[in-house]
Amino acid sequence: MSAPADDRTEASTTPVATSDGRHHAVVFVALLALLCIAPFVLYPVFLMSVLCFALFASALNLLLGYNGLLSFGHAAFFGTASYVAAYAAKDWNLTPELAILLGTTAAAVLGTAIGALSIRRQGIYFAMVTLAFAQMVYFVALQAPFTGGENGIQAVPRGRLFGLVGLDNDLTLYFVVLAIVGCSLLLIYRIIHSPFGQVLKAIRDNEARAVSMGYKTNRYKLAVFVMSATLAGLAGATKALVFQLASLTDAHWSMSGEVVLMTLLGGMGTVFGPLVGAATVVTMQNYFAGFGAWVTVIQGAIFVVAVLLFREGIVGVLSRWIRKPL
Amino acid sequence: MTVVRGDIILSADKLGKRFGGFAAVTDVDLEVRRGSIHALIGPNGAGKTTCFNLLTKFLQPTSGTILFNGRDITRLPPAEIAQLGLVRSFQISAVFPRLSALENVRLALQRRTRGDSFDFWRSERSLHALDDKARERIAEVGLSDYAEVAAGALPYGRKRALEIATTLALEPQMLLLDEPMAGMAHEDIGRIAALIKSVSVGRTILMVEHNLSVVADLSDRITVLARGRVLAEGSYDEVSKDPRVIEAYIGVGHG
Ligand SMILES: Nc1ncnc2c1ncn2[C@@H]1O[C@H](COP(=O)(O)OP(=O)(O)OP(=O)(O)O)[C@@H](O)[C@H]1O
Ligand SMILES: [Mg+2]
Repeated sequence: MSAPADDRTEASTTPVATSDGRHHAVVFVALLALLCIAPFVLYPVFLMSVLCFALFASALNLLLGYNGLLSFGHAAFFGTASYVAAYAAKDWNLTPELAILLGTTAAAVLGTAIGALSIRRQGIYFAMVTLAFAQMVYFVALQAPFTGGENGIQAVPRGRLFGLVGLDNDLTLYFVVLAIVGCSLLLIYRIIHSPFGQVLKAIRDNEARAVSMGYKTNRYKLAVFVMSATLAGLAGATKALVFQLASLTDAHWSMSGEVVLMTLLGGMGTVFGPLVGAATVVTMQNYFAGFGAWVTVIQGAIFVVAVLLFREGIVGVLSRWIRKPL
Repeated sequence: MTVVRGDIILSADKLGKRFGGFAAVTDVDLEVRRGSIHALIGPNGAGKTTCFNLLTKFLQPTSGTILFNGRDITRLPPAEIAQLGLVRSFQISAVFPRLSALENVRLALQRRTRGDSFDFWRSERSLHALDDKARERIAEVGLSDYAEVAAGALPYGRKRALEIATTLALEPQMLLLDEPMAGMAHEDIGRIAALIKSVSVGRTILMVEHNLSVVADLSDRITVLARGRVLAEGSYDEVSKDPRVIEAYIGVGHG
């Protein structure tokens, strides 16, 4: 099913929209191999942080890059799951997998409620409504008796996976996190490349047209919003175990902004863009940690330059070069 | 002229739409006969697109009722109208720009043959079963060479053709075309007009069009709208001789 490559006149400069996706499999395998070696070279906690944010950004990208909805409140799901998982692990002594499951479920429930109330809004109004809900969640995190206020929930025990495997060893935890994130990314990949994903992309490109063809677009938008919120929650819950901490930072609006930044920087609407964006931003924060408050300024400057130089994000540009969707 | 009720596929009764204090459409009565090509014409801002939006429920009417195949559809959501077989096109071409031409058409087939597609766990490969049919539709409008090209990269005329191919893949009973010739190069107009003529077999078409020679050529019946109201209705000859129509068009009506 390859395209007749030569006799396209007007459109010869534009990339082909379809592809069999075999190169995606190659990249996935290479990435997995790299990530299996990485913890023996780099700090596992740093790598786990990258992985968690890669999942968070990929969850946002599912909504933004493939359904065209810019949520500016995804910290609500990340933070809620982080708090619930931390509380469950610490105060209820749940095993890590149950704590993560509970945190993720909380994000899913919250995502259903916020999604149902916001998906009817378009464009910037949608972003504003999601931001408003996230601010409410932040307020709860700040005031509620069980979230630890300014201190957050600290010294969360990592516990034993299924009550068997102790996770206090960073390397052991790393491979658990890699498995969680890896499977989630494959799931996201499948969602994007499914009959459902095809409708999502149609809605992203032209919602009115999708409606005129008989698709009830609000249902699709709600479905993908809940999926995105759930996966963002999974990232937050996992992060709580990695850092043994749930804090206000997780639910703060700047966290929502940061994940949008990662997605845009890496390339929204690309499979691998959010991973590259997350890795870039987390690395930057690590390197520039010594600059204190200047981190934000430096980060902002790099972001501005990146947006001016390559608007499609790092992976977006690469994809254009090799003329294949990445 | 007497019409058998059963012959009417789409009818509107005292249709009205107000935007705040502004009445965009007022008391519009419309009857479209099954199997006909019916044109809706009128000067800019007459309310033609608004009528389309009302008939396909992209806008909720302020007053009036709409019957499709005798069924009251006034309260249905737009996606359900499409599922009933009443499908519209848009004044500016409506394609999915980042999807290939093939995928554009396949989305229509997907909707018609699989209904709602919430199967996010299934591979995209399950859609390849629809590819042959999609390619047939694409060939019908002369786009075979562009099947794998992103729709957004197609020149305007070809986008319009792709939109028609996509609409036809839904196999609608009735099509509402909003200015299918707008922005088309002269040589494309003949091609699209012929296409509309050929797809009208076994279907009903309601068409908004400014190109009056196309209207004269294709339409069985014409409704003229001005300032949101029906000004005249009849065959092209009747309508084009109507002094009120000529006045509304300030001379353009001589065609
Ligand atoms: N959503 C809206 N809100 C307010 N006014 C509107 C809206 N949509 C249309 N109108 C107004 O209603 C009137 C009819 O517009 P409509 O688009 O239906 O005209 P038209 O006959 O399709 O014109 P054209 O030939 O230019 O396409 C115009 O005055 C327009 O400004
Ligand atoms: Mg119009």
